[in-house]
Amino acid sequence: MSSAPRQVTAKVFDFPRDAWYVAAWDHEVSPREPLGRTVADVPLALWRTTDGTAVALADACWHRLAPLSMGKVLGDELQCPYHGLRYSSSGRCTLMPAQKTVNPSAAVPSYPVVERHRYVWVWPGDPDLADSDLVPDMHQMDDPGWAGDGLTIAAGCNYQLVLDNLMDLTHEEFVHSGSIGQAELSESEFEISRDGERRVSVTRWMRDIDPPPFWRKNLRDRFPDFDGRVDRWQIIHYEAPSTICIDVGVAKAGTGAPEGDRSQGVNGYVMNTITPESARSSHYFWAFMRNYRLDSQLITTQLRSGVQGVFAEDEEMLVAQQRAIDANPDHAFYSLNVDGGGMWVRRILDEMLRAEGREPDAGTPRDHLRPVASR
Amino acid sequence: MATQSTLVWGTAEVVEAEQVAEGVRRVVLAPERPTPARPGTHVDLRLAPPATDEPDGPRTLTRSYSVVRSDDGGRRLTLTVQLSPTSRGGSRRMHALRVGDRLPVTAPLQNFPLGVGAARYVLLAGGIGLTAVLAMAEALRSRGADYRLVVVGRSRSVLPYLEELRQRHGDRLALHVDDEGGALAVERLVGEIAAADVARRTELYMCGPIGLMEAVRRCWGEAGLPPTHLRFETFGNSGSWAAQEFVLRLPGHGREVVVPPDATALEALEEAGIPVMADCRRGECGLCLARVLDVQGRVDHRDVFLDDTQKAASERLCLCVSRVAVPPGTDTLPADPDPASDPAADTAPERRGVLTLELP
Ligand code: FES
Ligand code: FES
Ligand SMILES: [Fe+2]
Repeated sequence: MSSAPRQVTAKVFDFPRDAWYVAAWDHEVSPREPLGRTVADVPLALWRTTDGTAVALADACWHRLAPLSMGKVLGDELQCPYHGLRYSSSGRCTLMPAQKTVNPSAAVPSYPVVERHRYVWVWPGDPDLADSDLVPDMHQMDDPGWAGDGLTIAAGCNYQLVLDNLMDLTHEEFVHSGSIGQAELSESEFEISRDGERRVSVTRWMRDIDPPPFWRKNLRDRFPDFDGRVDRWQIIHYEAPSTICIDVGVAKAGTGAPEGDRSQGVNGYVMNTITPESARSSHYFWAFMRNYRLDSQLITTQLRSGVQGVFAEDEEMLVAQQRAIDANPDHAFYSLNVDGGGMWVRRILDEMLRAEGREPDAGTPRDHLRPVASR
Repeated sequence: MATQSTLVWGTAEVVEAEQVAEGVRRVVLAPERPTPARPGTHVDLRLAPPATDEPDGPRTLTRSYSVVRSDDGGRRLTLTVQLSPTSRGGSRRMHALRVGDRLPVTAPLQNFPLGVGAARYVLLAGGIGLTAVLAMAEALRSRGADYRLVVVGRSRSVLPYLEELRQRHGDRLALHVDDEGGALAVERLVGEIAAADVARRTELYMCGPIGLMEAVRRCWGEAGLPPTHLRFETFGNSGSWAAQEFVLRLPGHGREVVVPPDATALEALEEAGIPVMADCRRGECGLCLARVLDVQGRVDHRDVFLDDTQKAASERLCLCVSRVAVPPGTDTLPADPDPASDPAADTAPERRGVLTLELP
């Protein structure tokens, strides 16, 4: 059965379940106490066994569904906070304190986990499809050639709104005018390329421009005396379902950066991976990595708090957008040319949902497709 | 890892059938309404009687077979069937299937789910029990899990897929063949599991002859490994003796209830309108426990709630699964407490077991 790709204009986008999502930063998951976190509508209790292996169990005890994330880690087992049933990393109950035997059926689901790139990834869907090769490439997070750090935003919006936000950076001119925004963003051409079934890139070069404050500062961290015009780049790499790593930077204008010589510039990677929590909330994990002055904790901290400020502006917009979407159920989404990258992302997600046998929401019908009403 | 037990019948066509080992045939079904089959699932098939004068009689037989592999979203389900010499006809009818035959088949049923998150998996297959764990081995392989596949058999010639398994699983496969002097030492297998640093996070899944499974169960218990990490297809359902009719006496209620062979004590009590508490109805939770006052015959506990000591003492039993049997060859039953008062005392002793209970 083949059919032409549909327009995918759902406003509250469903999420694939057969996919890896970041559940937590590595340091958040501990052998001392469990962490409760919901990933793709699945409440999880995350913890570590004595050898450090991260475990994700359903956050509801087999017995009376008390949250295991309120329990205790006891060596290689997690103890329910209510009546003390204990579970191993596979979710099997190993102890029922009030009786001599253990019901062999007593178990909670255990979810596939991979620890990579400083994150604990969980696969909330069919475990037999979980392939660790599908964990998105975020190698800059723990590559010795890169340094940096990040944080998590509890974003009160559908995960796909965050993806839209990151796939089209023309919003920087309006949302981030004090730091990274500039008019040239909207004025310059961009190019979209789709690479295989799970990747889309959007490339934009702004040549011979005045650097915005954030980039002037970064360039001076490397070239203290520099004061002049730059070539600026933004190369957005999306990998399904919801990871976007953006190669960003500036180089002294005309020193060959667009042709591949970035030696006269500074290069960062904005690492973003967005985990749907529910239809209208997301865990937005981000970091800013750089490949210069690796040993400066001062720069790491400055960049992290700089980006934190920038992303707070996005968060405010995204939450307001979600509110407006919900308050206007009869209004549809329309697209602009700059949405090209984001629309490819929607198409990929739509394909993933359909591969899971789920019929994605077609979105609110647009006015010109609706029956003519009073007007 | 939920079990899935709703029977959904449909039709499937046999698209391949071939011999894969001595007395073993591989049958590939194409169901009309495909559902992907998870590791550990089986399908039930209705096997019509052959048109000829088979000794089986004209009855349609329903049989269960493990799904060895599921391809293309369940569009091709591979089963593998050993012709059993003691077969009541099921495997013979399976072996008679030819390409193009159509027959009623259920959607895949799950009661042997493969878990996620164990540090190590050991799959133990005895003979044709291999069919129950093959798909698990494949799933573990693609998950990149730490696993071993231990295959035990009488001889190489009766084990299907050996070459393929060797290629797929390499060193993870251990083959123990009796007629090559490689019989499996169960104590050693379990001993090695128990000695590893991930002992308490290792799960063993097994399917094979009852003797092998019993030996593993004993060693597993002696090694102090978590009992729930030993996985096999049936837990509380098979008794030591075939189900027989027996009598329940309830002095507290002044009632006597007969439990027919095809009902449980719990069902018979409910049928008789006597209120009893129960939940799982498969001998797991212990909610249906009743106190035993007296037994004539032998209690066949069949539950997994009581431990061996409690079962030996037989002070309590689970009404949902436990039965009383008069094992064949048992001539004398425990004496009636007061034979003199029994007008039938000089006739033959009752051949039915009698269980006197106090209900909560
Ligand atoms: S709810 Fe967990 S032990 Fe009772
Ligand atoms: S009802 Fe659960 S053991 Fe009988
Ligand atoms: Fe932004």
